[in-house]
Amino acid sequence: MSANLLEVEGLTKRFGGLVAVENLGFSIAGGEILGLIGPNGSGKSTAMKLIMGIERANAGSVRLAGREIVAWPTHRIARAGIGLVFQHSRPLHRQTVLENIKLALLPDSLFQLAAEKSVDAKARAIGERVGLGAVLDRRPATLPFADLRRMELAKAIARDPQVVLVDEPFAGLTMAEVENFSALIRSFREEGKAVLLVDHNVKGVAALVDRVLAMYLGKRIAEGKADAVMRDETVRRVYLGGKIETHARAIAPEKSGIPLLRTEDLSVFYGKAQALAQVALDVHEGEFVSVVGLNGAGKTTLFNAISGLIPYAGSVRWQGSPLAGQSPAAIARGGIVQCPETRELFGDMSVVENLELGGQHQPAPARMARLEWLYELFPILKSRRAQLARTLSGGEQQMLAIARALMMNPRLLILDEPTLGLAPVILEQLSKALARLRETTAITVLLGEQNVTFALPHADRVYVLEHARIIWQGPPDRFAVEAGAGYL
Amino acid sequence: MRIVLAVIALLVLASFPLWLSAYILAVLTVAYYFGVFAMGWDLLFGFAGEVNFGPTFLIGLGAYAAGLLDNHGVPVWLSVIAGAIAALIGGFALALPALRLRGPYFGLITLVAVLMLQQVIVIFAGVTGGEIGLTINDVLSIDPGRNYWIALAFLVVSGVLLYGLSRSAAGLILQAAGQDAIEAQALGFNVAKHKLAAFAVSALFSGLSGAMLVFYLGTASVDTVVDISVGVQIIIAAVLGGRRTIVGAAIGSVFLIVAGEILRPLGQLNTFVVSAIALVVILFFPDGLVGYLLRRGERA
Repeated sequence: MSANLLEVEGLTKRFGGLVAVENLGFSIAGGEILGLIGPNGSGKSTAMKLIMGIERANAGSVRLAGREIVAWPTHRIARAGIGLVFQHSRPLHRQTVLENIKLALLPDSLFQLAAEKSVDAKARAIGERVGLGAVLDRRPATLPFADLRRMELAKAIARDPQVVLVDEPFAGLTMAEVENFSALIRSFREEGKAVLLVDHNVKGVAALVDRVLAMYLGKRIAEGKADAVMRDETVRRVYLGGKIETHARAIAPEKSGIPLLRTEDLSVFYGKAQALAQVALDVHEGEFVSVVGLNGAGKTTLFNAISGLIPYAGSVRWQGSPLAGQSPAAIARGGIVQCPETRELFGDMSVVENLELGGQHQPAPARMARLEWLYELFPILKSRRAQLARTLSGGEQQMLAIARALMMNPRLLILDEPTLGLAPVILEQLSKALARLRETTAITVLLGEQNVTFALPHADRVYVLEHARIIWQGPPDRFAVEAGAGYL
Repeated sequence: MRIVLAVIALLVLASFPLWLSAYILAVLTVAYYFGVFAMGWDLLFGFAGEVNFGPTFLIGLGAYAAGLLDNHGVPVWLSVIAGAIAALIGGFALALPALRLRGPYFGLITLVAVLMLQQVIVIFAGVTGGEIGLTINDVLSIDPGRNYWIALAFLVVSGVLLYGLSRSAAGLILQAAGQDAIEAQALGFNVAKHKLAAFAVSALFSGLSGAMLVFYLGTASVDTVVDISVGVQIIIAAVLGGRRTIVGAAIGSVFLIVAGEILRPLGQLNTFVVSAIALVVILFFPDGLVGYLLRRGERA
């Protein structure tokens, strides 16, 4: 193995009060593949952007073959020899696949009016190599999803970088395509390039990587061979939680036999990528149901379909009658209130203004009573009442988002990944509030989480979502035994 | 095939002075200069992905610089070239800081630039003629046919150059920068440099066309070359004709100006009807007329 091509040291990035990447260090040698893994919000994507110069680091150093590049603009870093394979991109739609690849072969010149003769042959060769040979003259919009990803790979190859960063290499691909892509990434290793694969879990990249570095809350928590990292105590705790306590209640199904919410055969496509496949799910009145799955599994898509925000195939029934065709606003008024992953607070309004906005449609006395009850549930919000929402900490913002959703007096509260990017101590506060909510009210909750430790203690029933499908369902106490292993 | 059609169309257009009235020629002459404005604007919007709400800032600079020089006895063609250079310099001065901003702020800056230019012209009325306008002593030609030919030749040459640029390797990079700036940078392209160059080219053609227009009209006034509404008309023309086509922008301009003339008997309603047509096209054919035809061709 040759010397280190990429060396990262003490890399730190803060967004306001949030430390996204903290004192991160690693190195990759030529001909080596490093997996950078971590749950959603752990800072791995930010780390990749810092290396590429898309985000500016607050501190630390990035060296390419010994040369410091941390303060360079992105295009200069790219010219120096780092390539990034984007997960999503906007290709040139009026040009053919071949022209899209040619673009990556052009010099950064204002005065080059025609590409050199050799460029065409080179672009064709690269297209053949990634398996686009048959579609070179087609336009990107007519290609299946996997071919679009191939095109992104081709563009990175065209630049012939020494270091290749790949963002979620296998997201949205079928098993056969994963095999194909793995072979292409291995060919980078054979060419002596240094490769960084960024992904959510070890399992996905284990077969491909030489080493794995696991991140959580911006910090490195483990590094080593894939199987060693999978056995690592800290990693297991982050992904599976330590000892999971469960408090499942037996919720009797409705006497009528019609569940509060039922989805059948629910499928969603984003362009060519299938985000949800034939999902069947029931939520009974008064139940707390957790949908567990990694980022990209389809949780948010499922919730958005239920809330009527995106088109879908199949059916969503609310108290027995289909929701299809109703506007998102009508669905929310009907009692399904979603608290989105992105929180969507009004940053320049105070805490109390945000809450009152949620209770707009209620008469004033009812609104006041509800506000008092919420202050009891989240005491911190009472003391922060006059503060602007965007000045709150991440945990407080999440509590405000949940409280605002509760102001709308929902019959079904959908919580999408409330723990995203929160520190463990905040998780505990949030967890207590949810426990109180469950004990003191008859509310029905549908929770989407990748953090199993957070999702399981409150749940009466659990669904596991993986690659757009529900692969397991059952009571939370059987989760660790039956579904936990596949989750790392 | 396309080239044959283009040559035939060009011959027909060039023959107009032989059999059409001076009035129609005059309308088309103005329309051709507007065509160059719109093509320059499309290079920025369609390719670099930047919305320039102030095309008339560049046009006005070119027009007034040329007009003022003419009033000081500088020969016509030298004034025209100086006008183009003035627009180029002004464009650079504007774009250098403005392109650092993201999203709608670039557009807002360009809008403010127009208002400032307008104020400057009004305040220094002693030099610029203020709201009444600047009288130009010289003209390109007194013959309507020759004026028409000059405008047509200018439109065709500008169109070929801008179209060629948009189809060149540099144009491909510019499109990539406009569509996904981060990815373009990750592919090693200095996005700021390419966008600045596009702005400079757009400024050069706008200034040149503005300068030639005042020598045709014999006057430079805020209402004809600087006012925001003129800029809006150029933008509508470019979008109407088809974003990212260059040629569409020229066709859109001719359509808009000719339609305005044909509907002149409607009086006050004329502007309304033309705007309504433009609105319908933009709502239902967001790719514009030429863009729509091209897309149909692509699917076939």
